[in-house]
Amino acid sequence: MEPSLASYLALSGVLFTIGTVGVIFKRNALGMFMCIELMLNAVNLTFVAFSRYYGDVVGQLFVFMVMSVAAAEAAVGLGIIIAFFRNRLSIDVDDASILKN
Amino acid sequence: MLMEPVIKTAFPFVVTAVAVLIAFQMVLMIVAYTVLAERKVLGWIQGRIGPNRVGPWGVLQPFADLLKFIFKEDLVPDKSTKFIYFLAPMVALVCALMPMVVYPFGPAITSVDWSFLPYGLGEGIRTLPLTIAQIDVGVLFVLGITSVGVYGIALAGWSSNSKYSLMGGLRSSAQMISYELALGASVIGVVMLAGTLDLGGIIYAQQTSTFRWFIIPQFVGFIVFLIAAFAETNRVPFDLPEAETELVAGFHTEYSALKFALFFMAEYVNMFTVSVMCTVLFLGGWYVPGLSHIFEPGTIPYALVSHFAFIGKICAFLFFYIWVRGTLPRFRFDQLMNFGWKFLLPVALANVIVTTVVVFFLNR
Amino acid sequence: MASTALFFLFAGFAIMCAISMVYHKNPLYSAISLVGVFISLSCIYVMLAAPFIAAVQILIYAGAIMVLVVFVIMLLNLDDQGTKNRLRYLWALGGGLGVVLLVQTLFIFYAVMKAPQQASDQSVSVGKTLSIGQSMYTVYLLPVEIVGVLLLMAIIGAVILARRLSQPQLELVVDQELDRRNETELENEYRVEL
Repeated sequence: MEPSLASYLALSGVLFTIGTVGVIFKRNALGMFMCIELMLNAVNLTFVAFSRYYGDVVGQLFVFMVMSVAAAEAAVGLGIIIAFFRNRLSIDVDDASILKN
Repeated sequence: MLMEPVIKTAFPFVVTAVAVLIAFQMVLMIVAYTVLAERKVLGWIQGRIGPNRVGPWGVLQPFADLLKFIFKEDLVPDKSTKFIYFLAPMVALVCALMPMVVYPFGPAITSVDWSFLPYGLGEGIRTLPLTIAQIDVGVLFVLGITSVGVYGIALAGWSSNSKYSLMGGLRSSAQMISYELALGASVIGVVMLAGTLDLGGIIYAQQTSTFRWFIIPQFVGFIVFLIAAFAETNRVPFDLPEAETELVAGFHTEYSALKFALFFMAEYVNMFTVSVMCTVLFLGGWYVPGLSHIFEPGTIPYALVSHFAFIGKICAFLFFYIWVRGTLPRFRFDQLMNFGWKFLLPVALANVIVTTVVVFFLNR
Repeated sequence: MASTALFFLFAGFAIMCAISMVYHKNPLYSAISLVGVFISLSCIYVMLAAPFIAAVQILIYAGAIMVLVVFVIMLLNLDDQGTKNRLRYLWALGGGLGVVLLVQTLFIFYAVMKAPQQASDQSVSVGKTLSIGQSMYTVYLLPVEIVGVLLLMAIIGAVILARRLSQPQLELVVDQELDRRNETELENEYRVEL
């Protein structure tokens, strides 16, 4: 007796929720980045679950694209975080408020 | 009679558990005697005899070392992060041992009729594969688990709260992730020739190809894989992060007794893993050309001789590791990173391009 | 039977690691928890007959992206982030959004009753590398090429962001900054004299 499609989608929804709540509550730029990665993974799980239950390979192909985009985002995002840290020695996103009047 | 359904459902798990135990025991024995072999061979290269006091020719030395590690005092640095400090050697050893489940230890045995097993357990089973788990993406699995093994070193360097450990840990991790790329790229040529990522399928492709072993068409890939493997396992000439004269002992400076033994074992099991991968990908694994004329393929003698040939090839690579350790000086860290990114990776990619072109024109 | 038990095991581990990641203030513990999430998701992908995606998940996410994150944490020497006074309305916003998303998740159970309950039989071969590779390089070639260009852009961007200025360029930047400061000083002097 395999778990039905609904179980996988529910797990994906719960992980997405935890990721969203994490992005809102975390003040650390790295923490927010990691919560975004969690949200991306929840979506990946949805794609793979649908690909299994409809027998279409495009779901898994899209997961591959999402992973590549996440890797590119990680490279550039971590570069930005390091450059930000060099100037003000903290990665608290509340400190990034120079443009505020 | 109540036991019959229980036995029938539990039988596959029991078989897998027994197979894992046998393979684990074999890997541990090989690793323990690699440590001894390293000390003796290094001794012979350096003009002295290695350890020979414990047992004839020192064959009981690994057990003496194990007892010593168990009885040593276990020091934990005061300001270290305790959870990560305990986690790091476990991660290193688990990630070193996990690829063991996909190794093809020998050809499948098809000549035994298993109906002598009670409760009808052997009905209709004709082949006994000598691999614990035949997964479709064996090569990717091994490469992925090796990538996760970097965490053991990085976390060990960080959690020891000492500047030597942190420097050694960061340098070692940077070196490992740089050479992982060249390692993966050198495998692509073999996968293209074999047409599958399954390790058993790669050996089968070598049996049916005109060159018998892939080292002949993929010679450049073999050299790149070997050099990248030396860097992946932190061995000479790439062992700056853990050399004793450079950084005290690198990332495992603050580890003592059994936790250090775990790191030590993890390094040798990593050596074993890359030797197995090199053998399977380039030297045909258990395949000995011409053996099928002497024994019938699928029988137990054929499987036994193939298995010992496999172990022999692995031991040849382990000897090569020890030989290089006794011979070459080590790279400086910036030379090491330059070599990995600016020379080895382009050569591996050029190998992929040339292989692609040749395979395309051969298949037309 | 066994697959349901395995699913609950992996799903429970994933949710526990996700909650641990959001809870910890120490970024290193968050990173390790996230690696735990990735590994349990990879096991779930194997259960969904997608071995290639599972192996690639370990290779890319757990083996490369999170190693980069752990490097950044160690290089920047980040520690526990202390608590500050966060704007109060964000607590309500975060909590409300979480509740809304959870309710939507429970709605899935109703909505999926119309979808097929059993996995289609021929979908087991969909996850094999051969099938993915064939569709990747014939039907879906354009997205693959676009992703290649995207990764090239990311590499160039990362190299530019992380470089340090060479010494002559550094002197140029410092000279320009000093000129700018001297200009404002001269203006201030004129204002005082007037």
